[in-house]
Amino acid sequence: MIELRVNGEAKSVDVAPDMPLLWVLRDVLHLTGTKFGCGIAQCGACTVHIDGKPVRSCQLAVGALGNRAITTIEKIGETPAGARVQKAWLDLEVIQCGYCQSGQIMSAAALLNSVPHPDDADIDAAMSGNICRCGTYVRIRAAIKRAAAEHA
Amino acid sequence: MLDARTSRRTVLGGLGATVFVAGFHVPRAGAAGVADMEPNAFIRIDAQGFITLTMPQVEMGQGTYTSISMILAEELDAAWDHVKVEHAPPDETHYANPAFGVQATGNSNSIRAFWLPLRKAGAGTRAVLVEAAARGWKVPAAECRTENSQVVHDKSGRRVAYGDLVARAAAMPVPTDAPLKDPKQFKLIGRSLRRLDTPVKTDGTAVYGIDALPPGVKFAALMQSPVLGGKVAHVDDAAAKKIKGVRQIVVLDDLVAVVGDHMWAAKSGLEALDVAWNDGANAEISTADIWARLRKASERDGAVAKTVGDARKALGEGDVYTQTYEVPLLAHAPMEPLNCTVHVRPDGAEAWIGSQVLARVQRAVAKAAGLSVETVVVHNHLLGGGFGRRLEPDMAFVAARIAKQVDGPVKVVWTREEDIRHDVYRPAYHDLLSAKLSRDGRIVGWKHKTAGSSILARWLPPAFRNGVDGDGVDGAADVPYDIDNLRVEFVREEPPGVNTGFWRGVGPNNNVFAIESFIDELAHRARIDPVAFRRAHLGKTPRLKAALDLVAAKSNWGSALPPRAGRGVAVQVAFASFIATVIEAEVDEAGEVLLRRIDTAVDTGTIVNPDTVMAQLQGGLIFGLTAALYGEITVEKGRVQQSNFHDYRMLRMDQVPPINVHLIRNGEPPGGIGETGTTASMPALRNAIYAATGVALRRMPIDRTLIAGARR
Ligand code: FES
Ligand code: FES
Repeated sequence: MIELRVNGEAKSVDVAPDMPLLWVLRDVLHLTGTKFGCGIAQCGACTVHIDGKPVRSCQLAVGALGNRAITTIEKIGETPAGARVQKAWLDLEVIQCGYCQSGQIMSAAALLNSVPHPDDADIDAAMSGNICRCGTYVRIRAAIKRAAAEHA
Repeated sequence: MLDARTSRRTVLGGLGATVFVAGFHVPRAGAAGVADMEPNAFIRIDAQGFITLTMPQVEMGQGTYTSISMILAEELDAAWDHVKVEHAPPDETHYANPAFGVQATGNSNSIRAFWLPLRKAGAGTRAVLVEAAARGWKVPAAECRTENSQVVHDKSGRRVAYGDLVARAAAMPVPTDAPLKDPKQFKLIGRSLRRLDTPVKTDGTAVYGIDALPPGVKFAALMQSPVLGGKVAHVDDAAAKKIKGVRQIVVLDDLVAVVGDHMWAAKSGLEALDVAWNDGANAEISTADIWARLRKASERDGAVAKTVGDARKALGEGDVYTQTYEVPLLAHAPMEPLNCTVHVRPDGAEAWIGSQVLARVQRAVAKAAGLSVETVVVHNHLLGGGFGRRLEPDMAFVAARIAKQVDGPVKVVWTREEDIRHDVYRPAYHDLLSAKLSRDGRIVGWKHKTAGSSILARWLPPAFRNGVDGDGVDGAADVPYDIDNLRVEFVREEPPGVNTGFWRGVGPNNNVFAIESFIDELAHRARIDPVAFRRAHLGKTPRLKAALDLVAAKSNWGSALPPRAGRGVAVQVAFASFIATVIEAEVDEAGEVLLRRIDTAVDTGTIVNPDTVMAQLQGGLIFGLTAALYGEITVEKGRVQQSNFHDYRMLRMDQVPPINVHLIRNGEPPGGIGETGTTASMPALRNAIYAATGVALRRMPIDRTLIAGARR
């Protein structure tokens, strides 16, 4: 049994320690908001927060996590940055198919946590690991700036 | 037989069904036990006043659930916050796309095809509600009006909510000829209303096909023959069976699958299998063979798609300019990998998927499971991108074949590698263009021959007529320029070793790329500015000319740029929209292309939701620029060489420039929009590079070695 702390709750899962967190979240804990896009850390669809930092869960073995705090898209709205990002995403109607957007929102919320007022270069650096096949990048950039501006 | 209405309810109550609510609304307590009113296949009203709209087109990001709802709600005068939407079931009787005769979402025609049927459905429903209220009040219906889900009788100051009319209206006949609104009365259409599907996409609660979790579901990863048409020769599953969580190995004729407790077990099990294949007839096919055959085919006379005047005579003598243009095989790579969950029982089957072709999915599952179509229930979901890939039901067919071997439901998920290597690819095309210019720079003769797959011959056979694929020549047969002598031909040549299908932008992508590249070269030969040259040939297409003028002004066409930077223009009439686009790009010494800015002027007639139109242009342009900069599928020894996003690259945040969409508003019928940006992007970028470097690229994707170091 592996003990995990997911969105503030203790979970124990009977899986191999090398199993990536992505599949534990989706297929064992049924937290399907975190998405599978590539499986090789190329797309960012699977981004979650570990102790507030963005991590590609498709490359993260659950056995190594211990008691670190795992936050997923289902609960990111309970953090101030997450809530601001979600609101900006809707206000600027960023989303198209939405499949990449869990990962985009997680990356953007992490960016605002570390850089409250990011410039374009900060946004490029933080967001270029997240692919959006629908091409919502222009609006993601604008929405991050909007979310930052709403930070008092 | 499943009744359409019954199956609609099944979908609503079924697992994975998604219902969106437009706004927060606390319904009044309605009369208990009153049956819903169902005046047609799109609208259902309950006694509490909730209006549930069944979506005949699927939501894959293009915003159609919101736009379709806006059209219905407009004519119905529904209160927007009483509106809920639900996915349609497979049902070609009620939900076939009028443009295809098939239940399909594609060709950017959701709004074009459903504009009148939806308005009529809304207006007819409104008329019944008015009649029901008028009878109750014993007043003439003509004295009543509607607003905000209420019928109002101004003379007596009475009003009644739609929900309270349901009991009486449900039994009354629905007129088919109820008057439609004058567009001047539109209250919803033309406004950038918030999308209905996006709130659930911000907090992980949206349910895509890949998220379906029927009770007891197992997970499967599959490997299809790496060579199209190959067969399994031998499988050693000893190592796979030892992996924790692996439950079953399924070996079929042409694929193997590992079923497990979760996707990780299934994937690991698949990797641990030792599979030998008989590659079959396509074992030696390479991309070089595909191109050689296509180029050879292009030497044949094609089937004639269009003639005007006498192109042969006009091109018969003098200085004829001829060039060829080529575009490669492309994968779709929707962000949500292909998947389908299927439960096959002896007496029926159930499937969970996000598909552009629901009825075809139903038939595919029935066929694979050996069941009659009526016994197969299909639950549609939000699509994590479609781009044409989900116009094919193959993922449902293979999932059902696997599920037939499995006890209980099984979710079959394609890895990204499987998705890229077993796509139904955008065909490669080879275009041959010839033209002659008069001394004053007018096109006096034109010939365009397109050679490539006929997707329609397979996908919608009646649409392949007399050797001409209407999609294959879309944008070519209807070239927007004034040309007195013109001939357009189509040569059908199917590539060996790969399947081909629709890809965002479809036929116009290839034709507009070839035509707009060629036009730029003609302008250069005539020593006329590319905008001026186009403008001079757009007399019969004033809407396009107006878009061109607008984009030229907005993009500062003609103003100075730094060295190695250039602007490219492209115009198109495609999907019944008139669009002119300017891309500004810079080419560095190494041949890398830097996108500086994009302007596009769009006349798509009546606009339902302007913000959605802008979003589709932005996204469509990026989709096409991705292909222009990186997209090419290649084949060696029958095997597709690319596999994931490291070698099938995507444009990313740091490469995307500002994109300015300039909407032209008018009252023309609505055009299509979802694919237009993709079509525009490739020639506009190509022409920007031409302007920046003087190098006339004639193939996609962009070959950096040809433009490295070049300068105009
Ligand atoms: S699925 Fe993890 S980065 Fe793509
Ligand atoms: S919104 Fe569809 S992939 Fe990003």
